[in-house]
Amino acid sequence: MANARDKKYEFVRREDAPILPPPATEAGITGWLWHNIFESMADYSSIGAGIRSLSMAILSVLILYFGGAQIYALIDFTIFSAVFSDPEGIKREACWTVDQGGALPSGWHGACWPFVVAKQKFLLYGAYPAEELWRVNLTGLVGLVGLVWVLIEKLPYRREVGAAMLTLYPLMAFILLTGGNTDTEFFNIGIWLVIGLAIISAGRLGKRGFLGSTFSEFGTLIGFTGWVFLIFNAVRGVAAVDFGLEPIDTRDWGGLLITLVVAITGIVASLPLGIILALGRRSEMPVARLLSTIFIEFWRGIPLITVLFMASVMLPLFMPEGVNFDNLLRALIGVMLFSAAYMAEVIRGGLQAIDKGQYEGAQAMGLSYWQTMRLVILPQALTHVIPGIVNTFIGLFKDTTLVSIVGIFDLLGAAQSTIADPSWSSHVQALSVYVYVALLFFVFCFAMSRYSIYMENKLSKSRSH
Amino acid sequence: MSRPSSLIYDRQVRSLVFQVLLILALVFGAWWLGSNTLVNLAAQGKTLGFGFLTQTSGFQINATLGTWLMEYNVGSSTYLDVYVIGIINTFLVASLGIIGATILGFTMGIMRLSKNFVIRGFATIYVEVLRNIPLLLQLFFWYFAVLRSLPNRRGQIEIFEGAAGINITGLYLPAPLPQDGAGIVGIAFILFIIIAFWIGNWAKKRQSETGQRFPAFWAGAGIIFIGTALVYFVMGQPIDWSFPVFKDAGPLLRRGFQIGNGMAVIPEFIAVWLALTLYTAAFIAEIVRAGILAIAKGQTEASYSLGIRPGTTLRLVIIPQALRVIIPPLTSQYLNLTKNSSLAVAIAYPELVSIFAGTALNQVGKEIEMIGMMMIVYLTFSLLTAAFMNWFNARVKLVER
Repeated sequence: MANARDKKYEFVRREDAPILPPPATEAGITGWLWHNIFESMADYSSIGAGIRSLSMAILSVLILYFGGAQIYALIDFTIFSAVFSDPEGIKREACWTVDQGGALPSGWHGACWPFVVAKQKFLLYGAYPAEELWRVNLTGLVGLVGLVWVLIEKLPYRREVGAAMLTLYPLMAFILLTGGNTDTEFFNIGIWLVIGLAIISAGRLGKRGFLGSTFSEFGTLIGFTGWVFLIFNAVRGVAAVDFGLEPIDTRDWGGLLITLVVAITGIVASLPLGIILALGRRSEMPVARLLSTIFIEFWRGIPLITVLFMASVMLPLFMPEGVNFDNLLRALIGVMLFSAAYMAEVIRGGLQAIDKGQYEGAQAMGLSYWQTMRLVILPQALTHVIPGIVNTFIGLFKDTTLVSIVGIFDLLGAAQSTIADPSWSSHVQALSVYVYVALLFFVFCFAMSRYSIYMENKLSKSRSH
Repeated sequence: MSRPSSLIYDRQVRSLVFQVLLILALVFGAWWLGSNTLVNLAAQGKTLGFGFLTQTSGFQINATLGTWLMEYNVGSSTYLDVYVIGIINTFLVASLGIIGATILGFTMGIMRLSKNFVIRGFATIYVEVLRNIPLLLQLFFWYFAVLRSLPNRRGQIEIFEGAAGINITGLYLPAPLPQDGAGIVGIAFILFIIIAFWIGNWAKKRQSETGQRFPAFWAGAGIIFIGTALVYFVMGQPIDWSFPVFKDAGPLLRRGFQIGNGMAVIPEFIAVWLALTLYTAAFIAEIVRAGILAIAKGQTEASYSLGIRPGTTLRLVIIPQALRVIIPPLTSQYLNLTKNSSLAVAIAYPELVSIFAGTALNQVGKEIEMIGMMMIVYLTFSLLTAAFMNWFNARVKLVER
């Protein structure tokens, strides 16, 4: 048989064809420009397509002009035209134009940064005493380190740090910020501690069967109650210790400090309540389900501002005589109840996403309802809804600005009151401080929304494989 | 059954006991709060009751759209009138805000999906900036920074010569003054809208039965506009227009817009409307984008392979399916917008929270009744929205064959 190899070919290619660069319209800057800008306005093959392409081109130019003008106006206001320093200490006159009696050219429009710098302390801390600011800074620093530690996935002891952030840190923050030394009697606390210990011992004994068979069934529950007593009063005890810190009334707090305190307390405190409400709404017990649903829908149906009004006006009426909350605590209670309802709906979404097999598997293992929830369902559900929780937090963070309406000077409230300062009055006074506050809010919210998107992608990846 | 420990493990007994305990706790809590309240009220010398609603109120309310929409007189109007005006103002700004936010939000949402980088980039920046800055701050920005820099009350920026202008006291527009017979024009207008919808349904039915198309949109629009105009002229033009009058000559104190001419839209209203519209539109844009992205790409491709053009594909294939995803979160944004209109209290726009739970409450001091009445308004609106959403979800649910 004639070998195929012997056959004479005209041409045999010995090497690979050269790899040609992609067409100019597909790669590099030209390709990007073509696909993202010019392709949509390049089709003139028919009248309809021509009209579409042309209107697209006109729209692009208009938007480019309008958007560019806005962005340039912002940059011009904040940087190019802005006044950065006030070396002579002439305050408002540093930001006055010639017509107003200052030195700047007529028609000048730029940020008055010396004003914002002068008000910096007030915007961040309110009327908090200047020599005690290290307490706020320390609290913030510890919080930031703890948060970053929990968020970075490569660090060790993340779980322990997270637990400390949720338990010890709030206590520390409370003592540092208010000064601790609450007027609670130690004798009182001591008695409650002894009672707590007694209940725990009773629970232990009951569990071992020393107190009869009926009692032994409730051993765990009694022990748990005892621990709640013990921990609650231990916290009260620590808060009552005199650390030698000067007490600072919450009326002196303000600015970013209040914004962060309200938002973080609101979200952390609303988590446990939200979990209970979400479980209640999915419960098989009609009464629990009905009550949870009514609670959730009530708080979700009214605006936060009415909640704050209610907290500041009606809460004092509800309390027995002699019990008096300060203004901030009232707002905190309102914010907490309000965000608990939203949190409950987020968590309910997570609970609904859990496969039915997980419940059945847990039941088949003989786990009780609370064991099922604690060990199987909630860890999965809460992980699924981290993006939702972060989004709720962003919403709450922005909504804390509303406390300024009930007379608490949060970041926006502080900004609003700096505008009333006549020694800095100028035509750009309001705009300068608004731009600064908007920037602060934007940085916080934008960073959190990116984190939420990152978690969402990560979770959907881990779910799909 | 006899041993108590078996009762403890009985699920029904457990849940019954738990629920009874829950009800007891609730009753006790309500009793505790109620008795505290009664004690506190008695200590302040107050009683419960709604008698205050018929008292005459003692404060002035800025008329939102001039005196054109509502009557209110200090000395003769009651607190019930204040309540009603608050509700009207809340829903006025909320409904106009919903219209504006929907239009802008859909535009921005579709722009965010554009292949054109300029358009996409603009919409992205818009959405990211607007939704990451608190609404209250945006409200302050519009009210204290932008609207305060308008010309003072002796000057104006003319929008349409002799018909519309704006200065620091507000936006001045022509006001319609209904004369005898204007009601008939209104009724005719509504009637024509119903006819237009009926034509639309008929055209749809005919197309699905016979394949013949009918330009229902143009026919409907024509009937509404031409028909209404016809009735308007037949009735002898029963709507007069009052135009704003601006004087820039004469005694200095008499210059500016003249009171009683045209419709004066107060700056608070403009600021609230702008802030609500722009803020909510950013959220709606995200909802619209997510809704369109949720439609499988195969739908677009199938439509293209049938030879349907991109615009028509969007209108007939993508949007109807995307609406199923979009409508529920969109409704909750409408609800949010309505609730957020309460922020207007910060710049004293006369809506429910501001005049009823604010000024009126300070005068009357009936905290429980007044805050309760205010909450009922918002709760009713929420429940109505929820009911609508359930109805809609049931209606558009995928019919699986």
